[in-house]
Amino acid sequence: MATIETLPRKRETIEQAVIRFAGDSGDGMQITGSQFTNTAAMLGNDLATFPDFPAEIRAPAGTLPGVSGFQINFSSRDVFTAGDAVDVLVAMNPAALATNVADLKPGGILIVNVDNFKEVDLKKAQAKTNPLEDHSLDGYRLFPVELTKLTRLALRDLGLDAKSMDRCKNFFALGMCYWLYNRPMDHTYKWLDEKFGSKPVLAEANKLAMKAGYAYCDATEAFQVRYEVPAAKLEPGLYRNISGNSALALGFVAAARKAAIPLFQGSYPITPASDILHELSMYKEFGVMTFQAEDEIAAMTSAIGAAYGGALAITTTSGPGMALKMEAIGLAIAVELPIVICDIQRGGPSTGLPTKTEQADLLQALYGRNSEAPVPVLAAATPGDCFWMALEASRIALKYMVPVIILSDGYLANGAEPWKIPALEELPEIPVKYRTEREGFMPYSRDPNTLARPWAVPGTPGLEHRIGGLEKQDVTGNVNYEPLNHERMVRLRAAKVAAVVQDVPDVVPAGDPDGDLLLVGWGSTFGPITAALGAQRARGRRIGHVHLRHLNPLPKNLGEVLKRYRKVVVPEMNLGQLLWVLRAKYLVDAEGLNKIQGKPFKQSEVEAKIEETLREIR
Amino acid sequence: MTTTLPVYTKKDFQTDQEVRWCPGCGDYAILSAVQSVFPELGIPKEKFVVVSGIGCSSRFPYYMNTYGFHTIHGRAPAVATGLKLTRPDLEVWVATGDGDALSIGGNHTIHMIRRNVGLKVLLFNNKIYGLTKGQYSPTSEMGKKAKSTPYGSVDRPFNPLSLALGAEATFVARSVDVFQSHLKATLKRAAAHQGTAFIEILQNCNIFNDGAWENLTERDVRDDNTIAIEHGQPLVFGKNKDKGIRMDGLDLEVVALGNGITEKDLIIHDERHLNPAYAFLLSRMDGTPGFPTPLGVLRAIDAPRYEAGMNEQVRLAIQKKGQGDLTKLLRAGDTWEVR
Ligand SMILES: Cc1ncc(C[n+]2csc(CCOP(=O)(O)OP(=O)(O)O)c2C)c(N)n1
Ligand code: SF4
Ligand SMILES: [Mg+2]
Repeated sequence: MATIETLPRKRETIEQAVIRFAGDSGDGMQITGSQFTNTAAMLGNDLATFPDFPAEIRAPAGTLPGVSGFQINFSSRDVFTAGDAVDVLVAMNPAALATNVADLKPGGILIVNVDNFKEVDLKKAQAKTNPLEDHSLDGYRLFPVELTKLTRLALRDLGLDAKSMDRCKNFFALGMCYWLYNRPMDHTYKWLDEKFGSKPVLAEANKLAMKAGYAYCDATEAFQVRYEVPAAKLEPGLYRNISGNSALALGFVAAARKAAIPLFQGSYPITPASDILHELSMYKEFGVMTFQAEDEIAAMTSAIGAAYGGALAITTTSGPGMALKMEAIGLAIAVELPIVICDIQRGGPSTGLPTKTEQADLLQALYGRNSEAPVPVLAAATPGDCFWMALEASRIALKYMVPVIILSDGYLANGAEPWKIPALEELPEIPVKYRTEREGFMPYSRDPNTLARPWAVPGTPGLEHRIGGLEKQDVTGNVNYEPLNHERMVRLRAAKVAAVVQDVPDVVPAGDPDGDLLLVGWGSTFGPITAALGAQRARGRRIGHVHLRHLNPLPKNLGEVLKRYRKVVVPEMNLGQLLWVLRAKYLVDAEGLNKIQGKPFKQSEVEAKIEETLREIR
Repeated sequence: MTTTLPVYTKKDFQTDQEVRWCPGCGDYAILSAVQSVFPELGIPKEKFVVVSGIGCSSRFPYYMNTYGFHTIHGRAPAVATGLKLTRPDLEVWVATGDGDALSIGGNHTIHMIRRNVGLKVLLFNNKIYGLTKGQYSPTSEMGKKAKSTPYGSVDRPFNPLSLALGAEATFVARSVDVFQSHLKATLKRAAAHQGTAFIEILQNCNIFNDGAWENLTERDVRDDNTIAIEHGQPLVFGKNKDKGIRMDGLDLEVVALGNGITEKDLIIHDERHLNPAYAFLLSRMDGTPGFPTPLGVLRAIDAPRYEAGMNEQVRLAIQKKGQGDLTKLLRAGDTWEVR
């Protein structure tokens, strides 16, 4: 191989950079992005990612609906979002360019695969003119690269067919980005060796493509600057990257271990929740039992059966599946069994936007069942927080003998962030005791503190009893239709859920403890709100941020905290659901910031709302 | 360690709850048969669980002094599946109705059967929705005049046995509320079966569908209109045991014994026949003019059970990898140290 003449280059150290890889869904953009992410993590950057893929597995190649993207924001400072605008856009075809270029910063780096800008490609992307020639890209630093041709050239000696060679062109692009940000490639080498263990030639092909991309930048004068993004100052400890779905899966394994009971998951595949089932089905050596049920109703009811038998039972789904589970969740409420239900929200109604994020199931979670049927509802704020939420939900379910709903969303589910791995001692205790004493056993007697009924599992001698969905007599649990008993039971079930508040920590606002404006959020809006808060406070604004992880019951001091600010704004990816709850419960004149586009908030959007609100009250 | 089982009687399985079925309802007889059979099974009482859906029939668990779970309409097979998968040590029985199991819960029923989960299923077939006061059900005959079908139904009914066999049930049987000794014997056979044991019990709803099974149960016609099938025995029926069933190409044929036709020409019932098509043919005799309705065990074969397979995978994983190490799991994949 010819040696490459290395040109002297300017080096620039920057705090932060945002890259987006965009291509056809068959172009391997998710893998490319994940590799860049893992390398950034290993180098100690803080980071956040935003994978964005189409609902179709393989929409026609080269078309606008087939575009798949992966964005990463990596930094030497704290990172809260995947970034509003991108510094580098890699566009593998005209469709990817058309759908993504608007997010590229003015003067940003634009790498395009010119081999895919032929007449037919432009037609597939419905482009009337060739953007590489019509000056529409003049405001960017455009690098037209013959990615396909150069990749084939680099792999010509491996004896692969053209199709296999073309599959490696994403690694050529990855190599270019590694060069641009001066990143080592060995981490990805290792990954390739593991991934293609049985087909070493493919590992080799991808390595060659990546090296060729790296070398191309090195040899091409056009690339004048290389960037350095130093490591972030994260809290000391051992870290890994984690997505929300993975964190939930690990959290439930940990919860079952802490509770010393087996974990059972009943689930029916649905985007973006399926990965939890995929992951938990691997952990059989932890005694985890996963059951792919025939539908969501069976997923929920099988979990009820498992909980009845003494397992830590969970079910995982998204909005449409949640709707199907509702009658059965009512049964779990009536029979007072511990179950954790995870709703990984996506755009709706109906099938909606299966692969896009939304937060519009809050009211469904709170109120979506027939009759008076409250349950504790929790929401994870970040991918890593999903781990803690799994533990918290399990703990509450088992302590209070109640079904608990966890709300996550597509953004948390697939997005990744560095996560400090906890030591086992840091995990909460989850004590569980099945009832075994016959003396004085009543199926619906209650613990005075938690109002939990005893968990008397089948197989326990002498405790044979019947439970069911019909109204029960207080204490005995016998079927009972008396008017006053019914009201007592309705109130008891509500009081039990309300009693969970004793375990809900008081909120402490981030930023100013009182002042002009309080932002109240829940779920995945944590990142953009936190980022916006920091930026606005740096400009002297007196604002605070409360992020609710417990949505039912709400923290005890929330009403008082809301009153400490002149104005309350609730950013949500829905039409104002938490807003509605807060207004109803606290009679506070809060305002919403609402975005329902299948995309997370940008920091700038939250900042704009803060400025607008402060202008109004000034 | 040996533990001696207490000697149970029928009384041990009765509860103090007032039974709330209509007087004369066939459900009483089924309850009585089950309460008589359970003490004889040699199983500790606390190991029994009766799971039901919604319907008159699904009130069953309240009257059994065992663990019991009255769930929601149609979902008993799924609740029972979750229980049996996690607690294979339990004896889980499902009580359900024709509407519960075949209409709203049809999906769960076929998938429970397909998976061959070790559950005993008692389908109380009264060909009507009892609890909701008399609408036609998925087993009601076509033309059925009921509350919601004043002009007669235009639905073709399910044959529960054919449906179960279509899902490749490993144990399929039929009995009748009023044929107590036959019913008890059938329940015992189901109790001994590994895998899903599906029993259709023909049950009279004397309020909304009285006499639905009359032509099978009345003394003067029952021997001609039913055939009690038994493994290894020829298919003979009739008051005078003078009729039989033989193969006719791919079909069944009713023949009169005598005139050169002997029992040797008849089908010898083989409940272990691996191809479900045989039992399916038997199930199709129902309602075919001139043919009797089969009672007894149509099919009883061995097949892998879901809960056994699932628990075996867990056992093997632990054997191979050792009891899961949580610290290792949390630290799996790429990690890095921040100092
Ligand atoms: C979700 C739901 N839909 C409808 C009902 C009303 N419902 C109760 S029982 C029943 C039919 C029961 O018929 P079957 O299963 O044949 O039982 P039977 O009463 O005849 O024993 C219906 C429709 C219900 N309880 N729940
Ligand atoms: S309505 Fe029919 S099935 Fe229901 S209890 Fe009365 S007789 Fe029995
Ligand atoms: Mg019925």
